[in-house]
Amino acid sequence: MARTNAALLQVEGLSVFYGDFKAVDGVELSVDAGEIVSIIGANGAGKSTLLKAIIGQSNRVEGRVRFDGADLAGRSTADIVARGIALVPEGRRLFASLSVEENLRLGWAVGRKGAIGFDEVWRLFPILEERRRQKAGLLSGGEQQMVALGRGLLANPRILLCDEISLGLAPIVINDLYAIIPTIKASGIAMVIVEQDTTRSLAVADRFYCLLEGRVTLAGIPADTSRDAVMKHYFGE
Amino acid sequence: MVGALINQLVQGVLLGGLYTLFAAGLSFSAGVMRFVNIAHGDFIVLACFALLTMTTTLGLHPVVAMVLLLPVAFAVGFTLQRFLLQRVVGEKILLVILVTFGLSIIIQNGLLEVYGADTHKVAGGWMETSTIALVPGVNVGLFSVLTFIAAVIVVGSLDLLLYRSGIGSKIRAVSDDVAAADLIGLSSAWVYAMAMGISFVTIGVAAGFMSIWSNFDPSAGPTHLLIAFEVIVLGGLGSMWGSLAGGVVLGVAQTIGAQFDVAWQIMAGHIVFLAVLVVRPNGLFPKH
Repeated sequence: MARTNAALLQVEGLSVFYGDFKAVDGVELSVDAGEIVSIIGANGAGKSTLLKAIIGQSNRVEGRVRFDGADLAGRSTADIVARGIALVPEGRRLFASLSVEENLRLGWAVGRKGAIGFDEVWRLFPILEERRRQKAGLLSGGEQQMVALGRGLLANPRILLCDEISLGLAPIVINDLYAIIPTIKASGIAMVIVEQDTTRSLAVADRFYCLLEGRVTLAGIPADTSRDAVMKHYFGE
Repeated sequence: MVGALINQLVQGVLLGGLYTLFAAGLSFSAGVMRFVNIAHGDFIVLACFALLTMTTTLGLHPVVAMVLLLPVAFAVGFTLQRFLLQRVVGEKILLVILVTFGLSIIIQNGLLEVYGADTHKVAGGWMETSTIALVPGVNVGLFSVLTFIAAVIVVGSLDLLLYRSGIGSKIRAVSDDVAAADLIGLSSAWVYAMAMGISFVTIGVAAGFMSIWSNFDPSAGPTHLLIAFEVIVLGGLGSMWGSLAGGVVLGVAQTIGAQFDVAWQIMAGHIVFLAVLVVRPNGLFPKH
């Protein structure tokens, strides 16, 4: 697991506590620029907690998160997002009473202000341009997920953290969403894809980490790892 | 006879303008941000006293004084929310009520200490003595017309701000889902502070007109809070134009009530308030 210090995102010995409960336990993880990293693990393995800690939304954290060489400890989420990490939260978390366009514009407002604008988002998700004036709460689940992804992309992140983007969606919709990922990668954005469903996320990932009860139990390259090994570390012995 | 009735209706509508000004800021903070500021009325009275000092001790024109007060009001609202009230946001509603109730008592006693218990009024000069004839036979005070225009401008500006501006969409986003805002890097603490700052600007405007329209004393706050609450509940929580409607309904009810007996002025307002609540529990223009 020895990797260079030049990683864009470097998580060192990260632990996150909820009261006495250690939801994330000494996690070491890194993401290089432009790389797709999959984090898999069962429900409750600490995946979402890990992402929240990276984005600065956890209160009790030990260890270190470095982004582009800078220590993120004590920085506000607004600052972290402006530096280039954006989160697509679990359950999409759109602002239901706001229009599609307003939701997307918020992504731009909090972000890093770069090359990705509305035109790029409309190109990725043409349906959203048609629905731009609709309230986000009235969209289908798949369309809502597109807005959530678009909102994250409009922040012009260097790393996009995607938390369970396939949750609750029909397989055909999930296929459409995952078809976008290579395009995002091609624009130079690194992605961290957190899923319970391992098959799809491993198929697009350059590397993966498997979490079990807050610890990294397995890490590697999907093509070099057998499905049995993944399953064994996913569910534990 | 008909002329007298029309006259009363017009007076009632214009009084509604003043009530709308009382309520506009509360409609913004309570209706949109779900932050119930019990000291709202006391802050209006505090601003009235600030205007009193600016116009008497400093000798400023009331309009100049009000304009100077507005940025200060914004700063006070922003700071108060950011460093004090934000600590109880998201906690139980009771904490918010207790903290702002405490502020209410502090303001009332502070004013009593500094200004004494006497009633005061800011002199509006020709603005309050001039009358204009809306139509032949219906004469109204210039100042009440100005107040109503101010109410329309304040409500219209708040509505535009909320639904057509960047800060407005941020405020509505936080109102929709506070935690989601923080997750995407939109600091809800900052948004709450901005919203309270905006609410306090309307407090400054309300004080500007109220300080000339009527007498005030350090204990006048709770009465104004009650009016403001009735107005926003009548109009529909969170609906800016609804506040104007609520203000007008309350103003007209009170003016008509006073026709029968002066003692009925306040009571008539409460009765109409309760009657509307029975028929339309979500107010006249509920926001969904």
